[in-house]
Amino acid sequence: MENILSIFIRSIFVDNMVFAFFFGMCSYIAVSKTVKTAMGLGIAVIFVMLITVPVNYLLLKYVLSPGALSWISPEYAHIDLDFLRYIVFIAVIASIVQLVEMIIERFAPALYNQLGIFLPLIAVNCAIMGASLFLPEREYANIGEAATFAFGSGIGWWLAIIMMAAIREKITYSNVPLPLKGVGITFIITGLMGIAFMSFLGIQI
Amino acid sequence: MNNTEKEPLFSAKNRNIFLSPLGSNNPITIQILGICSALAVTAKLKPAFVMALSVIAVTTMANLIVSLLRNTIPARIRIIVQLVVVAALVILVDQILKAYVYDVSKQLSVYVGLIITNCIIMGRLEAFALANNPWPSFLDGIGNGLGYGLILIILGFVRELFGAGSIWGVKIIPDSWYISNGGFYSDNGLMLLPPMALICVGIIIWITNSKKKA
Amino acid sequence: MNKNSNKYIITYTSVMVIIVAAVLSFAALQLKDRQASNVRMEKMGDILRSIGKGEEANSVKDKFVYITEEYDSYISNTYTVTPDGNVSNGDAFEILLNLKAEYDKPESGRNLPVFEGTVDGKKYYILPTWGSGLWGPVWGYVALEEDWSTIYGIILDHASETPGLGAEITTPAFQNQFKGKQIYSGDRFVGITVLKGGAEGNAHAVDAISGGTITSRAIETMLANCLKNYGEYIAKQRHEEIAVSVNEIESEPLNTNEDE
Repeated sequence: MENILSIFIRSIFVDNMVFAFFFGMCSYIAVSKTVKTAMGLGIAVIFVMLITVPVNYLLLKYVLSPGALSWISPEYAHIDLDFLRYIVFIAVIASIVQLVEMIIERFAPALYNQLGIFLPLIAVNCAIMGASLFLPEREYANIGEAATFAFGSGIGWWLAIIMMAAIREKITYSNVPLPLKGVGITFIITGLMGIAFMSFLGIQI
Repeated sequence: MNNTEKEPLFSAKNRNIFLSPLGSNNPITIQILGICSALAVTAKLKPAFVMALSVIAVTTMANLIVSLLRNTIPARIRIIVQLVVVAALVILVDQILKAYVYDVSKQLSVYVGLIITNCIIMGRLEAFALANNPWPSFLDGIGNGLGYGLILIILGFVRELFGAGSIWGVKIIPDSWYISNGGFYSDNGLMLLPPMALICVGIIIWITNSKKKA
Repeated sequence: MNKNSNKYIITYTSVMVIIVAAVLSFAALQLKDRQASNVRMEKMGDILRSIGKGEEANSVKDKFVYITEEYDSYISNTYTVTPDGNVSNGDAFEILLNLKAEYDKPESGRNLPVFEGTVDGKKYYILPTWGSGLWGPVWGYVALEEDWSTIYGIILDHASETPGLGAEITTPAFQNQFKGKQIYSGDRFVGITVLKGGAEGNAHAVDAISGGTITSRAIETMLANCLKNYGEYIAKQRHEEIAVSVNEIESEPLNTNEDE
């Protein structure tokens, strides 16, 4: 339990997807103009992340890692499918995004109208892919920990884009040098926020 | 579309396809695509350079392949087909890096895999390769890859020079300059920290935009 | 043919999957040996560098040949030991390739690799270590002198520590601090403590990297956790060493007797 909490807090603040790794920057910059749209995309990311990361965790553990197939029969222990990792991950993400889109459209049209346009964008959001790619390196002990990591990372991303959108809504009233307006200043603010987030390094939970 | 086939290989139009992403339509500073993964690898010039080469290879090949296939791809599974092509190319690149430049591939770690979700590649496939012939698509791929690589290399150069006092791992700032050796100079460790990449991109955008307006 | 019919889509996907799978498997098989030998070369190179050998790996023409030659000429013996102090018959290098799996086992089931290096007639014991840093794994190779306590050299590496901060553990400036330090105080294992300044003159401590304290601490923990497993074996060796030196003196007259 303690471990779960620590993973959760760490993945939101310390290992923040945007400020520590720059994951999902494209949509982060493109969609952070207003808080409302940022909120929609942020929630969609949390949602998709929460489904894809555990699925990829299971695939990694029982299919892809070297020797992972030994649960079928010890004869397969020497098979190493690790080179297929990227393609399997992206296929899982793309198909789950597609599935989620269809399910939401069918059962929650109101939510679909809010999230709808963001869902296809998410398939190519590096934060989702990045979270899955971190799995082998982070060595989570069970699916619960992996899911916690996914949830925390999703919230971290959501937090980042909401904060950025709020700042950008206010910054329209500031006197930013003309060539720096828009994207330029967004980069610099993100960098400064990243430095601020570095002060979370070293929290021990 | 038949018109382009009759054009010479390096017609003005094709040259423009190739050259515009390097400056006036740069994928990072103007189109704001593909910033995600790659910035984290620009603390040193060498990984930045290898990353740039990998992205160029993937954009070019993906553009070419998708353009060749464009009339056969079923519209409904278009995105998946593109992702599969890109993912397969990235796996190839990753395997080759692991085999031939192992030390760099260790530093790039997960970021090679993230080329798959690099918006430049998907963006160019959707916007260009699906609607154009193989040759212009090929040029478009190289052009955008180079434009992207250019920014990466500038970042890697600046950050390594000021952050570690070296270029390509070779010490540039003489040892006697350092404060610890009685000199006046000290490396700016801040440059090596991940957030500085973003601030540097912001400054590059600032410079390019003000040049454009002038 | 209708491009949006289910039949077309299914055929298209199947053909695509088969082609992609074939190309990737072929490439993976072709490059597999080279990748595996890269990993081996890196580990061999690190082992060598911990005793100050194999330094020219990056300037020689054929790195593989150079490292293998150096390894064969300086690493004289490899074996594994168990945490209760016995020598076990494990393939030290194979275990090193997957050291993490070994440390995941319960303590009693572990076989821990020892590499013996011989340089100019002097013996060094190289013990691989593995632990977690701030972002990902950190690992290292500690070369001990014949007394099993003095550090002759150390090589540290990491997967993803912060560049400029934690990643500085790979620099000679940090690693050279360990040289000559003692992991034992008398018969008691003390390891190497990482201090925020003031480690100079302390035989069991080094200075942390400024801004990289967490990674530096991780190194301290890693050394303590991993070297602890060798404790029983080291105790035996240190004991025997004293016993041997006593025996040598005692046995001399016996030998002369036999000769007569």
